[in-house]
Parts: sequence; structure tokens; C-alpha cells
Amino acid sequence: MIQIKDLHKSYHMGSNSLHVLKGINFDVKEGELVSIMGSSGSGKSTLLNILGMLDEADIGQYILDGVPIKNLNEKIAAKYRNEFLGFIFQSFNLINYKSALDNVSMPLYYKGVKRKERTEKAMHYLEKVGLAQWSHHLPSELSGGQKQRVAIARALASDPKVLLADEPTGALDTKTSYEVMELIQGINDEGKTILVVTHEDDIAHMTKRIVNLKDGLIIDDSPVEQIRASAHV
Amino acid sequence: MFDLERWQEIFETLSKNKLRTFLTGLSVASGIFILVILLGFSEGIANGVRSQFEQDATNKISVWTGVTTKGYKGLNPGRYIQLKNSTFDAVENAYTDYFDYRTKDYMIWGGTVTYKNETGNYRVRGTMPDNQFIENADMGSGRFISQSDIDESKKVAVIGNKVKTDLFKGEDPINQNIQVFGMNFKVIGVFYDPGGDREEGQVYIPVSTAQKVFNAGENIRNMAFTVKMADNFDDAVAMSNAIALGVEQKIKDIHTVAPDDVSAVRVHNTLEEAQKIYSLIATIKAVFWFVGIGTIIAGIVGVGNIMLIIVKERTKEIGIRKALGALPMSIVAMILQEAVFVTMFSGLFGLIFGLGLLELVGPQIESDFIKYPQVDFNIALTTVFLLVFAGALAGFIPAYRAAMIKPIDALRDE
Repeated sequence: MIQIKDLHKSYHMGSNSLHVLKGINFDVKEGELVSIMGSSGSGKSTLLNILGMLDEADIGQYILDGVPIKNLNEKIAAKYRNEFLGFIFQSFNLINYKSALDNVSMPLYYKGVKRKERTEKAMHYLEKVGLAQWSHHLPSELSGGQKQRVAIARALASDPKVLLADEPTGALDTKTSYEVMELIQGINDEGKTILVVTHEDDIAHMTKRIVNLKDGLIIDDSPVEQIRASAHV
Repeated sequence: MFDLERWQEIFETLSKNKLRTFLTGLSVASGIFILVILLGFSEGIANGVRSQFEQDATNKISVWTGVTTKGYKGLNPGRYIQLKNSTFDAVENAYTDYFDYRTKDYMIWGGTVTYKNETGNYRVRGTMPDNQFIENADMGSGRFISQSDIDESKKVAVIGNKVKTDLFKGEDPINQNIQVFGMNFKVIGVFYDPGGDREEGQVYIPVSTAQKVFNAGENIRNMAFTVKMADNFDDAVAMSNAIALGVEQKIKDIHTVAPDDVSAVRVHNTLEEAQKIYSLIATIKAVFWFVGIGTIIAGIVGVGNIMLIIVKERTKEIGIRKALGALPMSIVAMILQEAVFVTMFSGLFGLIFGLGLLELVGPQIESDFIKYPQVDFNIALTTVFLLVFAGALAGFIPAYRAAMIKPIDALRDE
């Protein structure tokens, strides 16, 4: 599903140059649940941003579902993001003046889906994350865990190939974190490819494979015995 | 633009950001409102001043006399200059080609006028047929003084509308007899005058009759002419000035008055006054336009400012939308369409409110100098569209910049 070869990325600040990614190679197959770990500054968020087409690599190859991702202009990037990817952020990034339902239907709006179908689909995914009865509440009326579930429903709404989660449990307490991970595991069980960036060991061990990053290089990449989150809830 | 889905999205955004929408709308609506009111009142002032002038013909030259203040050719100062029929004839002969209308008047200021049991004091004025046009009088019924009335010194009278309402109490005055100082005059007409009650409280009789019944002999009190108008207003004023000067010199010659004596013979040139007033009106209008355009510019800057704040405030939202697959142009279109809709709607609201207020308050204003304040609807509508266009332009730059922000930077914005 994802193939990455020799990925480099530097940031330039004035005369200083910061080499963040120094040649990353890894593949993700369909249906995998991968966690990317590393201390802050290891380059894990940069890697995720490049995977998410929110940022572009300087050198290297990135192939997503057979499509080489390069020379992106804004228009194509927007199309690919909408088609291939679903984002889950640490700070949820819901639009605060829109109801849960409208937030979930937003990617469908940009896909050009008609209003009626949009609402039906969005409602379906809200049911899936167990928030059907909260569909008309604003994000400010929801708890952190509920907000993240709305965000997950939104990421699923356009039926993307890959879900990218950037510290999805970073702003949540342990119990809520496990509930969110349970949901992510459930989605993965249905066959969705998911990448999770985290720095928490217990969260990482709820995935099927851990990729460890240090100073812009992969130092360890090994499958793990998945711990079911449901056991802890 | 006509995408229903996008309109739904915009209405939703607007209705959920009421304060922002309200503030943007308010600055636009108040700008247009103030402009409409200003333009309305400048038009009102112009109308008011113009109607003051329309009491009499604007190209009128009138001649009055007084007492000499300077000795001249052995004559002492303090002499009253009495105009005569012969003076009028001399002036008339000298300038007849330049005059449209001419009249010589002999009047009694407080004439006792009686009809049956009703009596009043009115100005009784002996005049000539042309005076109807010099005074801008309209005949309500009957006719004005004619030349044959003068030739035969008939005892006929044309009364003003005020005299009619005072004395006749609803009766038809035509062919009734009124008594002026006890002498019978037959009413032949009733006139209206744009000057209102002051002018309509007069009784016109033939000048020859007035001279006879008031024992005035050949004396006249004043004379008035209207000058033929050149097509170009400035030329007309220049010609009118030249004629006024010529008439003054002629009369001073006839009556042996010092050329620099300003009080003995006074020639009043209305057209010159009119020119001054018209330029005053033009100045007032220019000032009001200036203030109005300033208000509009302030409104546009306000809209632009609010647009900048909106974009700043929505940076993160824009980042989210882009991460979810929004195209850059759809972001620009979203912000612009919102801006155009709000400015257009509130601009029209301000326009309608301003026009409504003018319609409502305009007729209530009882001032001689403000009449019928109104605005050319097309001009007002044009300014609304101008404002919308400028608002969109002011909004485009921040909107475009917002659309170009990388989603990763926008998402980081807290």
C-alpha cells in the first residue's frame, strides 16, 4: 500500500539547515496497523506529514497505492488527500461552529457528494463510532474522547485507503485513550491500513508493528504481539 | 457561483458566525445609509434654494429708485428720483431687442380691499401684461391684465389666491366687484405664485388705471425686465450684467444722477444672484459627495479589515478544510462569495433604509431651504455595487493568501 525509498527532508531556517529525515525506507502492506515511535525531534511527525501530503520530501520516492506521489501542486494534493487519506490529529481539529454530523460530512462535501447522501453516510459513520445520538452537538459540547471519535468518523467518511493518526491519544486520559485505540483496532480489523504516530509504549503495543525512529533514521522495525485494547477497558 | 451546495455551506457559516456577519454588514449598511442621506439632503437643499428663486423669473432685471446721496451738476444731494413713464419708454427703446418681457409698476403698499362684508389690506399694484411672466404667476382662473385694459384704463383687477380665500370664502370671484379704497374694480382673474402667501396677497390692476385713480400722473414706482437668455449660462450672465449696467447709466443720465451714486438708482440683476446661488449649490453638492465618498471608502476599508481578520481567524479552519481535500480555489471562492453576499445584502439594506427614511421624513421637513430631499436611485445602486466590488477586491488578497498557506502550517496555527 505504501512504499518509501530513501526519503530525505531538511528544514532551512535562515542560514541553518536541519536535516530531519536522513534516508527512510519502509513499506506498509494493505491491512497493516503500524505505529511510528520516537522521541521528539526524531522526525516521526515530519514523516507522517510527508505521508499525508501535507509536506513534501526533498529526495526519495513515495508510492501510495501504486501512485507515485511527486511534483504535487495544490490541486492534485487536495484531490489525493481527499481520495486516499483520512487524518486523525492530536488536537482533533474539528471545525468548532459545525455540528458533529456536519464535521463528518465535510470530506464528502469536497468530494462532491450530494447533501442527502452526505448526511446518510456521515450518520452511518457516527453510528459506527457510537455517537449517533450526539450528531447535532457542537464540538464544544463533547468530551475529548467523543471529539476524537468524531474526528475518526470524519477520517473514515470518504472511505480512504489509509488512515494517518498523529498522536491520536496525546490529549486523552488513559481510559479514554484505550477506548479510542479499541475503535482504531476495530477499524483495522475490517481491513483498513492505519499508521499511528505515538510516543507511548502501551499505545504502540496495541498495533501490529512498531517502527522506531531516532535522529531521522529507522533504528528498529519489527512486528509485535498485538494487545487488544478491549482487555483494558 | 450558482452551486446550491456551496450556498448552503455559506448560509450555514454565516448563520453560525452571527456577530462577524453582523459587524461586516453594519459597516457596509451604515456607509451606504449615510451616503444616501447626504445625497438626499444636498438634493433637498438644491431644490429648496432653487424654489426660492423660482418665485420670480431668474433672468429678471428690476429697477428701483431712492434718494441721491451725492451732489451732481449743481444739484443738491437728498433729492428723490422719481421714475416717469418717459424713463421707462427711453430704457425700453434703447434695449428693446434684448428684452423678453417688460413692465412698469405703480403700487400702493397697504390698499384697503373690500368684498361685501370682508375687508383686508393688500398691496395694490398697477402693472403691465408681461408682469405675469416676470413674477412667474400662474393663472388659477380667468385672465391676467391685457394691453387693452391698459389702453382703456379699465377698472379691472387680478387677485392673488390669498386675497380670494380671505375675501370670497369659497365664492367664485370672477366678474364680481371688489372695492379698492371704495372704488369698484371687476375681478377678471385669480393667480398663484411660487412665492406663496406673500406674493399671492396682491391685487394687480392696469398701470394706467393705477396712475389715474391714485393721482400719480406720469409717475411709476419701479420697472422690471427679463433679458433674453443666451444658450451658455456664463454668456447669459455676462450679457445680463452689461444690460443692467447700461440701464443704470441711462436712468442716471435722464435724471441727472452722479454715476457713482449707489442709492439713487438701484438695478438688481437676478441672474447674477442666481449664478452665485447655483455655484453655492454646486459647492454644497461637491462637499456632500466628498463626505459621502469618504464614508464609502471608510466602509470599504472596514470591509477589507474585517476580511483580513476573518481570514486570520479562520486560518486553522482553512487548514482543516485543505487536509480534508478542499481545493485552493474553493477556499478563495468560499471567502469571497461570503464577503460579496454580506456586502451586497447589507448594502441594499442600507440603501432601502436610507431611501425609506428620506421618503418618510422628507415631506415632514418644513424649511424654505430644504425641499423634497431625494436620491437618484441609479446612483445609489451604483455605489452599492461599487462597494461590493471593492469589498470583494479587498477580501481577495487575504483570501488568496489564505488559500496558498500550506495545510501543515495552517493546522499548526493555534
